[in-house]
Amino acid sequence: MSKLALRDEILLQVEKPARYIGNEVNAVIKDKSQVDVRVAMCFPDVYEIGMSHLGIQILYDMFNKFDDVWCERVYSPWVDLDKKMREESIPLFALESQEPVKDMDFLAITIQYEMCYTNILQILDLAHIPLRATDRDWSHPIVIGGGPCVYNPEPIAPFFDIFYIGEGETRYRDLLDLYKECRKQEMSREEFLRAAAKVPGMYVPLFYQVEYHEDGTIRSMKPTQEGIPERIVKEVEMDVSHTYYPEKPVVPFIKVTQDRVVLEIQRGCIRGCRFCQAGQIYRPVRERDLDMLKNYALAMLQNTGHEEISLSSLSSSDYSKLPELIDFLIEKCGEKKINISLPSLRIDAFSLDVMSKVQDVKKSSLTFAPEAGSQRLRNVINKGLTEEVILNGAALAFQGGWTRVKLYFMLGLPTETDEDIRGIAELSNKIAAVFYETVPKEKRVNGRVQIVASTSFFIPKPFTPFQWASMCTKEEFLEKAYATRTAIKGQLNQKSIKYNWHEADISVLEGVFARGDRKIADVIERAYEKGCIFDAWSEFFQGELWMDAFDELGIDIDFYTTRKRELEEIFPWDFLDCGVSKEFLKREWKKALEETVSPNCRAKCQGCGANRFGGGVCFYDQPRAEETSRYAAHGSRSE
Amino acid sequence: MKARIKFAKWGAMRFIGHLDVMRYFQKALRRADIDVAYSEGFSPHQIMSFAAPLGVGLTSNGEYLDVEIKTHAGAEDMKKRLNETMVEGLEILSVTRLPEGAKNAMASVAAAKYTVRFRKGYEPEFDWKSRFLDFCGSPSIVVTKKTKKSQATLDLKPFIYHLSLSEEEKDGVVHMLVNASSSGNVKPGLVMEAFLKANGAELSPFALEIVREDAYADTGEEGAPHFVPLDAIGMEF
Repeated sequence: MSKLALRDEILLQVEKPARYIGNEVNAVIKDKSQVDVRVAMCFPDVYEIGMSHLGIQILYDMFNKFDDVWCERVYSPWVDLDKKMREESIPLFALESQEPVKDMDFLAITIQYEMCYTNILQILDLAHIPLRATDRDWSHPIVIGGGPCVYNPEPIAPFFDIFYIGEGETRYRDLLDLYKECRKQEMSREEFLRAAAKVPGMYVPLFYQVEYHEDGTIRSMKPTQEGIPERIVKEVEMDVSHTYYPEKPVVPFIKVTQDRVVLEIQRGCIRGCRFCQAGQIYRPVRERDLDMLKNYALAMLQNTGHEEISLSSLSSSDYSKLPELIDFLIEKCGEKKINISLPSLRIDAFSLDVMSKVQDVKKSSLTFAPEAGSQRLRNVINKGLTEEVILNGAALAFQGGWTRVKLYFMLGLPTETDEDIRGIAELSNKIAAVFYETVPKEKRVNGRVQIVASTSFFIPKPFTPFQWASMCTKEEFLEKAYATRTAIKGQLNQKSIKYNWHEADISVLEGVFARGDRKIADVIERAYEKGCIFDAWSEFFQGELWMDAFDELGIDIDFYTTRKRELEEIFPWDFLDCGVSKEFLKREWKKALEETVSPNCRAKCQGCGANRFGGGVCFYDQPRAEETSRYAAHGSRSE
Repeated sequence: MKARIKFAKWGAMRFIGHLDVMRYFQKALRRADIDVAYSEGFSPHQIMSFAAPLGVGLTSNGEYLDVEIKTHAGAEDMKKRLNETMVEGLEILSVTRLPEGAKNAMASVAAAKYTVRFRKGYEPEFDWKSRFLDFCGSPSIVVTKKTKKSQATLDLKPFIYHLSLSEEEKDGVVHMLVNASSSGNVKPGLVMEAFLKANGAELSPFALEIVREDAYADTGEEGAPHFVPLDAIGMEF
């Protein structure tokens, strides 16, 4: 076992020392002298969050299957250890070897949400790696970023050597082979990066130059040298049934957010909700083979000993073999007393029947995600979930014994009116009313029904039809939240309805990063220098320091958030190709403003462009007429 | 049938707290395919219980957990399968079968044996080894125990069954056998703190390296305890 990087006195002083000792079940230990390349995979947040992320488990397994590579993990030290590490200049270390990250060949950072950007700087800083890529040499690892945020990497571009655009299963072998060859030939770091920029899916910020108009919008973004691609197409794993997937996920000692086996049943989503970035960037939809999933489910449970298994996808109800998969799991898991968790299910007779078999109906809650309070606005966002479907689903659920309902909405969607906001309250009220109508007094186990309505603030994201939308100001968001609260308080069943809303400050910042350009990098660095860190955690988020950073650097927040975008504007992310064409997104934006719904991928292809990858749902047999209804009703989620 | 599993915990595993050790064993028993009995009801859990929690930072050669087993292929098989799924720093030492009606591990624990050393660099400034022998012989060892509301003085001596110093290692090793039951548990650190205070010194937070050597049940009579290690209660199978 590796000697621990931190001495006893430190481990005994910090919260949850288990975060820093590694040695977990299924952690991979290799002999460093027997490998050619060492990779440190990083999730830039605390251990419990990072260990819940499926992507790292997939890539960790993939890298360690390569005989010439040893991949280890590293997560953000918590604030208590962070302080100690700076005081004593202890370099950031990977968990398996307990050795400094700085000594490795690659530092691969997965970027899942915008609010972790200062933690990326924390990781680099604690690892003693220069924050700016241009300041690095061969004594530093190659810093490579992946994950959904790379679809607009520009606000953090100066901090990375390479961005891997798309799904990680496809291109790392090529990149590592290139790296080994370049090191063997003793090429300079820049020569290696130049070669890497030509590997499909790789974006090397060093070789791209951005020019701006007077008004701050982008005039052009071009490669600085011959041979560097003008546009980078995302990588897609088209054969999701025969690719890397961890049979032996690492099992943490401490309780983490996702303390269960996670089975990703498909990638992508057919629904095309217009606010949703994931639904666009993971096209085309690809299902995994039923047999593959069955085998993995059993192997993963056997190798981990977890008590729960969860199916992961954007919209599990749309997986064509869901009934068979669930029957299989109920049978196998029932034998072994293993819980089954099924998020992202539509609420209908089928799913309610399934959920009553796997959950304690009295204790769990059902989730609907109407996202908008009126049918008109739901049509604008292409979430065609009708009130009738919601109320029918609710009635069935209440008859089945459920007494708790969660409702998710967004405030600030394009074209939103006061009437739409009141619709949130009215819909919540109608659902409560359905409970009292459906369940006679003597059968009401908990007395009242508990409805929790929750609103988040809409943030326009790159590569969605709403990337042209104006975001609300903080004041507008808060006004809308107050209006929602007032409307709910005015409802007949208001005692059955609880209302939660999100912080507006963090949402505004997320809005800047989501559609930001390279100038934002200076703000991120300045905020980090001022002490901003763990921004995704409300107890650590310091809005005033961020505002100071923006002021000091003369960067106007509204330029990125509330400013109206013209159709012809060049966006910072336009040089990337996420599989879906800008023409398609423009069509969808126009349809949104016309309140027109677009059917889903299985019902009628909308020509988004993803079929050029030659597979997935674009090429599945079209369903027979009677099956179409299963895909017709639009989605809601369940716990 | 109730099986008693004895295990050791050392190395990096000393930083895993008791609740996490319990969760670890729940998963380990599944990985090893041990046929554990589950409780009834809607959220069934494995029927198991631990003897005594071990504080973070301590290592041990004598931790115990009792598990209700439905079917099995013998103690050696169970021990082997569990050990195949352990991580470095946790090892199954023995598996025994408890007689019908035996008390569970937690209720059985009466005493525990510890060895205590001073961590390098944290040894007392005075010649503690010679003074310790006097301390061992003192008729009473009074400490102040702080509760949430008040302070109380307590004589530890009746709860200390054995206290000695050996010099098998150059720096001296303290051996103690102390009460470890739920009503009279004595923390080794408290004994050492009393010793240092009696010599005008303070116990610094990271000064001690403590190993729990074993846990004992009391099969004797009132006033005449007879301590037996918990794994001696059961039989082989």
